[in-house]
Amino acid sequence: MAASSSFLSTASLSNPKSTISFASSVSPAPIPSLRRVVFRSPSSHRRVTTVRSKIREIFMPALSSTMTEGKIVSWIKTEGEKLAKGESVVVVESDKADMDVETFYDGYLAAIVVGEGETAPVGAAIGLLAETEAEIEEAKNKAASKPSSSAVVPSPPPATSSPAPAAAASDGPRKTVATPHAKKLAKQHKVDIGSVAGTGPFGRITASDVEAAAGIAPTVTPPPPPPSPAAAPAPTAKATTTSSPPLLPDASIVPFTAVQSAVSKNMIESLSVPTFRVGYPVNTDALDALYEKVKPKGVTMTALLAKAAGMALAQHPVVNASCKDGKSFSYNSNINVAVAVAINGGLITPVLQDADKLDLYLLSQKWKELVGKARSKQLQPHEYNSGTFTLSNLGMFGVDRFDAILPPGEGAIMAVGASKPTVVADKDGFFSVKNKMLVNVTADHRIVYGADLAAFLQTFAKIVENPDSLTL
Amino acid sequence: MQSAFSLSFSQSSLTPPNRPLCSSNAAPRNLRFCGLRREAFGFSPSKQLTSCRFQIKSRRIEVSAAASGNGAPSKKSFDYDLVIIGAGVGGHGAALHAVEKGLKTAIIEGDVVGGTCVNRGCVPSKALLAVSGRMRELQNEHHMKSFGLQVSAAGYDRQGVADHASNLATKIRNNLTNSMKALGVDILTGFGSVLGPQKVKYGKDNVITAKDIIIATGSVPFVPKGIEVDGKTVITSDHALKLESVPDWIAIVGSGYIGLEFSDVYTALGSEVTFIEALDQLMPGFDPEISKLAQRVLINPRKIDYHTGVFASKITPAKDGRPVMIELIDAKTKEHKDTLEVDAALIATGRAPFTNGLGLENINVATQRGFIPVDERMRVIDGNGKLVPNLYCIGDANGKLMLAHAASAQGISVVEQVTGRDHVLNHLSIPAACFTHPEISMVGLTEPQAREKAEKEGFKVSIAKTSFKANTKALAENEGEGLAKMIYRPDNGEILGVHIFGLHAADLIHEASNAIALGTRIQDIKLAVHAHPTLSEVVDELFKAAKVESPASTTPQSVKAAV
Repeated sequence: MAASSSFLSTASLSNPKSTISFASSVSPAPIPSLRRVVFRSPSSHRRVTTVRSKIREIFMPALSSTMTEGKIVSWIKTEGEKLAKGESVVVVESDKADMDVETFYDGYLAAIVVGEGETAPVGAAIGLLAETEAEIEEAKNKAASKPSSSAVVPSPPPATSSPAPAAAASDGPRKTVATPHAKKLAKQHKVDIGSVAGTGPFGRITASDVEAAAGIAPTVTPPPPPPSPAAAPAPTAKATTTSSPPLLPDASIVPFTAVQSAVSKNMIESLSVPTFRVGYPVNTDALDALYEKVKPKGVTMTALLAKAAGMALAQHPVVNASCKDGKSFSYNSNINVAVAVAINGGLITPVLQDADKLDLYLLSQKWKELVGKARSKQLQPHEYNSGTFTLSNLGMFGVDRFDAILPPGEGAIMAVGASKPTVVADKDGFFSVKNKMLVNVTADHRIVYGADLAAFLQTFAKIVENPDSLTL
Repeated sequence: MQSAFSLSFSQSSLTPPNRPLCSSNAAPRNLRFCGLRREAFGFSPSKQLTSCRFQIKSRRIEVSAAASGNGAPSKKSFDYDLVIIGAGVGGHGAALHAVEKGLKTAIIEGDVVGGTCVNRGCVPSKALLAVSGRMRELQNEHHMKSFGLQVSAAGYDRQGVADHASNLATKIRNNLTNSMKALGVDILTGFGSVLGPQKVKYGKDNVITAKDIIIATGSVPFVPKGIEVDGKTVITSDHALKLESVPDWIAIVGSGYIGLEFSDVYTALGSEVTFIEALDQLMPGFDPEISKLAQRVLINPRKIDYHTGVFASKITPAKDGRPVMIELIDAKTKEHKDTLEVDAALIATGRAPFTNGLGLENINVATQRGFIPVDERMRVIDGNGKLVPNLYCIGDANGKLMLAHAASAQGISVVEQVTGRDHVLNHLSIPAACFTHPEISMVGLTEPQAREKAEKEGFKVSIAKTSFKANTKALAENEGEGLAKMIYRPDNGEILGVHIFGLHAADLIHEASNAIALGTRIQDIKLAVHAHPTLSEVVDELFKAAKVESPASTTPQSVKAAV
């Protein structure tokens, strides 16, 4: 007995891996659900009223509770290949193991957004799935418009290679012979093997033929970018990618983490949306009083604000809508309020789903849970990327007003400043001191107009100033 | 007997190695298992071993007074107690064990000692694979960088690589020959055949009699019809191991062990490879999960493509300025599917038994597709389904399990029987390995086989798995790619099969194969201790991950030893 127990303790000391192995009795029951690709059409989980395209995004799945990002080991399927429900599509490496990820749907793998060897945060789109062959092109365009981190797709091959068939057809209807490596490279660089002229033995197409056709130098060592001290900061949003300002001598370069990359990507993306801002002062005396009352019951200010915003959004659905394609309104039937929080140096937006419907106490409980999960990096994708409206509060730092950037895919975001005692004059000319906070909403002007936002803010202010309805 | 041996063996490991090795019972035990391996690694202490052998001899002389050299036949009427036809690894293993058991033994070899394994198989291929492993590592810039190492472009000299393989084969062949000579086994040169019961002919017209005869003639590469082997551009493993050329592009027909190992060698040396496999998926015969992962690591990222579900119906060697032409037909419909033009083709479609001209008709034995039918004790069965007395067949020639070490184990089993101890070899405990980078190894049943058996016999099957990613040593080597999987019975803890794909998998399998051979249950072996950090912890992890319902035996070995 003693022997065995001491054995066990040394094992756990010396092998910090005991949790890593996965043993499964009979069938690996809990795994399949994790292994499935998280699919959603652009906003399917919100039950959007306008379902236009049947292109689904393939998301980086959460393969384990601790996984925050995953590396694509390999794509089992290639672009354009047909997929049957349940087939393995991609192999994802998590912190623990490689897993095959299966598809839920029949269709075609239309586009690969995140290439092999690259990493993507959990929940990020890694590929697109088209329902029919006809939609592949559409999906590809969509993928191309995404600022992808994948390897630079070679620009159209040099003109010499495109009219090649003439040369190849010189000795009759001879079939093309390509070596295994040539075929692999052609697939990888999307070169049509039929259009490559073979220079190898017996006229076969070799790897270097494909590389030449794809316009890649055989040795892949990109020359360092020439220092361009004169590079003026680009005044427009269109950043010039070729030249970057020179580094100061002592500067150190710290690459983005997966989360930071995602933030950066989203921020650049946000530049394509025309936004405007409307500010509104809100009297918070009543809210503060209510807060004091419900605080012992575990209600937080965040929950109160989210609830108030949710209730206001219910009356102004356009503010809860979004514009996906520049052509239509997508009205979301659920009101999911995302709340920005800074955690461990990162920025994450846990989502309070159905903020208008859940009661204040449930909402507070939910919030506590979400923050806990966010701290331990256990948020599931739907818990941080299903928001329809975002709330950002810097009031606790004494910030009196600020301006938020509208996250892509949402219609509006509310920036909340600190509540401060302010001298106000009422309509009879009496001065009094009231607690006032400034809220500032940024919205997508393609769908939300000034009057909409003003009306929404008015409703919001009314709810906050008469907060009894919040507790109902 | 067995237990006495193992006891003295464990003693010998505690005391200085010199004395007990020579003077105690442990010595024959040491010699027993495939002398090949011992010889292969016994370079430096060979003096010690030789002196040891003399000791054994003299000891045995004391025992049987009439002995001269290699014992004396127990019955005066026979020239030998045991004659073995074929000096491959199977025959060699049987001969060593026979001498240990005091039998007067002769071994007949028509070609070179060592057979396929030593001359044209396992041994030279390991030399090539050792080269390919290093090339692969040196060429993998990413891998080197992650160690902080800088290596300038790695290259190789083909002749140098080829010499390494042939030198190794020669060395092992000499070791093998010497080990038999030293023990006094008579090595008779010439082609052997069976003349009649207990009578063997070898060479031109030498006839000898023996109480028992073992046929161990092995196999040759199997070449399907329609394929023209010229030894230059269309080759078998026999030619490939000489590495006379490294073609730019080689088609490998068959994706089993042999094909897979050669693909590892050729791609490391810069060739591109096209697999041609008759079945619907590559690497048939491996556990499906293992072959899936192996394909991901050994095939997909390398310069390899493949055609599955096709036969190579016709292969013409390169001549008159034309490349090697391979006609592919659909394995099911037999319709023409494709024509490949490559620089070379390696036929790795398996091996055919080498049993022609053995004189089997003299004893009324009919081969089945060339294989000699035997029962579970390797006793030869004749055309009427009856056992042929005093005749045994081991190794590739019987086709039970075409592996060198299986042949050796079968030979030892036969010797046990003819010396009065009934013995049936458990083939499910014989491990197998494929020496790719990383390696693949297995013992026992695959998961589908185990599930089928479980269904039939009504028991439950569980699977335990662990990843090399979780192993410290593997990660230190930057070789975290790999999977180990164990199939077992959760009710009684019996190990049904273990499959490993990963760094040094071939060396890791033996803990599992020994457990299966000895009937050790998981609940007991999981209490055994493994040094940390070692790759063996991968297997340890498997045992510990298993969920067995029955408790461990009351007194585990370790507790006894501690007391």
